[in-house]
Amino acid sequence: MRLVILEDYDLASEWAAKYIRNRIITFRPTAQRYFTLGLPTGLPRAHPESYHSYMWNNFFKHVDIDPANAHILDGNAQDLEAECAVFEKDIADAGGIDLFVGGIGPDGHIAFNEPGSSLVSRTRVKTLAKDTIVANARFFGHDLSKVPTMALTVGVGTVMDSREVMIVITGAHKAFALYKAIEDGVNHMWTVSAFQQHPRTIFVCDEDATLELRVKTVKYFKGLMHVHNKLVDPVLTMKNDLS
Amino acid sequence: MPSNGSVSDAPITQFINCRILKEHTLQREDLWVRDGRILDPEKLFFDEQGYADRQLDCGGAILAPGFIDVQLNGGYGVDFSTPSEDPGAGVAFVAKKILEHGVTSFCPTLVTSPPSVYHKVLPEVKVQSGGVHGAGVLGVHLEGPFISLEKKGAHPEQFLRTFGGSGGVNPLLEVYGGLDNVSMVTLAPELAGSQSVVEELSQRGVTVSLGHSVANLSQAEEAVQQGASFITHLFNAMLPFHHRDPGIVGLLTSNRIPAGRSVFYGMIADGIHTNPAALRIAHRAHPAGLVLVTDAIMAMGLPPGRHTLGQQVIEIQGLHAYVAGCSVPEALEAASLHPAQLLGISHQKGSLEYGCDADLVLMDDQMVLEATYISGVEVWRK
Repeated sequence: MRLVILEDYDLASEWAAKYIRNRIITFRPTAQRYFTLGLPTGLPRAHPESYHSYMWNNFFKHVDIDPANAHILDGNAQDLEAECAVFEKDIADAGGIDLFVGGIGPDGHIAFNEPGSSLVSRTRVKTLAKDTIVANARFFGHDLSKVPTMALTVGVGTVMDSREVMIVITGAHKAFALYKAIEDGVNHMWTVSAFQQHPRTIFVCDEDATLELRVKTVKYFKGLMHVHNKLVDPVLTMKNDLS
Repeated sequence: MPSNGSVSDAPITQFINCRILKEHTLQREDLWVRDGRILDPEKLFFDEQGYADRQLDCGGAILAPGFIDVQLNGGYGVDFSTPSEDPGAGVAFVAKKILEHGVTSFCPTLVTSPPSVYHKVLPEVKVQSGGVHGAGVLGVHLEGPFISLEKKGAHPEQFLRTFGGSGGVNPLLEVYGGLDNVSMVTLAPELAGSQSVVEELSQRGVTVSLGHSVANLSQAEEAVQQGASFITHLFNAMLPFHHRDPGIVGLLTSNRIPAGRSVFYGMIADGIHTNPAALRIAHRAHPAGLVLVTDAIMAMGLPPGRHTLGQQVIEIQGLHAYVAGCSVPEALEAASLHPAQLLGISHQKGSLEYGCDADLVLMDDQMVLEATYISGVEVWRK
């Protein structure tokens, strides 16, 4: 794994963004060969704080993506199981996910794979843990009764199938989860730990998120920052590529 | 890229690189237009999997709703109250010229006139949508003749009238010849018999405005309770504010306005009709009610051309923002959103909400106009 430690939230976000940018550019996507980005799933559509609104306002409206290429799990679908199965098939049809970008919850979950989720799980319906509901309350005016209790989510196994995984973790409240994810064993109670067995994982975090790690771990990876920073050096854009 | 035609085949335009007036602020957002209306891009993206056919780069300009002028007596040599061979053509001529000043909808205004004038002019001035031919006509504003003798201002004394004893709008139908295509009537509520007039006009959907009047505050409040919702050029042609009887001006802070209703007030913010300090007092007392009007006339001591009505609108915009110390969004709303709310058309005009008509103005930070659009079509460019 690579562990990239930046000073604060803004610097960590910027580093992660530049890394993703570089990965896309060096991949040199074409109309015949897409770069497939995976992102964790979210809340049902109907609510104003829906994941669709969130993705539109924070991502899609800023880029010129063809709407047909944006696949979001629909929590309001008639047949939820079929929706999940189709999603898995869509990923396979697209040639698999090139880079999955996600965060973790304070209980160490990736996407909505709550503690106890199978580490080989696929896209499915999940009942959310109390922790997750509380964490999401901020989107619903801090009214716990309004927060959805079920969600569709990609599975741990689905994410493990990606060619590369990037986990962004910031804040002191995530520090213990980060410790469990990378310094303890692989455990289905801390589902992010599954990525210890993935060939290409990169964790991007801020100083606060490292508060529960061993000093030795932190020093080791900080010492590698000069190597890590080469990964975010600007590369030629695709427009400059004449070949 | 052609747009996905699942809902409509009409082309979609995306205004990019602009700051739009939304939720009372200027936001760095794109604006999407289809079929002359403002489109919800999120629905387009997820429900239709659609995208824009063309993008218009606004160069960082401010994109605001087109201005709505509810008091405009004429301009460029045309006086709406002087009947000509073809009153409709006169209105159309002015409607075209005011596009240069960002006015996309207006109420042609007639001052106190004899019945013969109304009977000749009114049938020729019809409500119509705007377009490349000119700004839209929302309806006629009839300022008088049921106004106060003492506050006639520039109106001709011999044609002033009272309501008579019969009650209801019959005296108005007699004088005007009909109320079709009329969107607003300015009257003096202290005239005997005004209550039933105000009530019936309001029920018919005509906006009732108080002006050219010596009403005291309680007469004005009663008129508001009957349905009046506007004050014609605040401070001018009414009793001055007095601390023991604020008169019509007191409506701005009256606590006897029916719940859910608001009183709007027109201001000619040219620095001449009203002292800027008075404008500021009104604005601070009731900012949500401020409606900018030009009250421009054919010849206001200003030479025709760029110096008439049009220039005044621009001056008003810039002057208002400077004079009242209010923000740019507030000034823009006073010229678009508030008049639309006054006329009860804010679901369609005066706003950049999804579904509203795409009547737009593009301007720079000094509020100098760059382009005007009606229903998404460019109707004027600098």
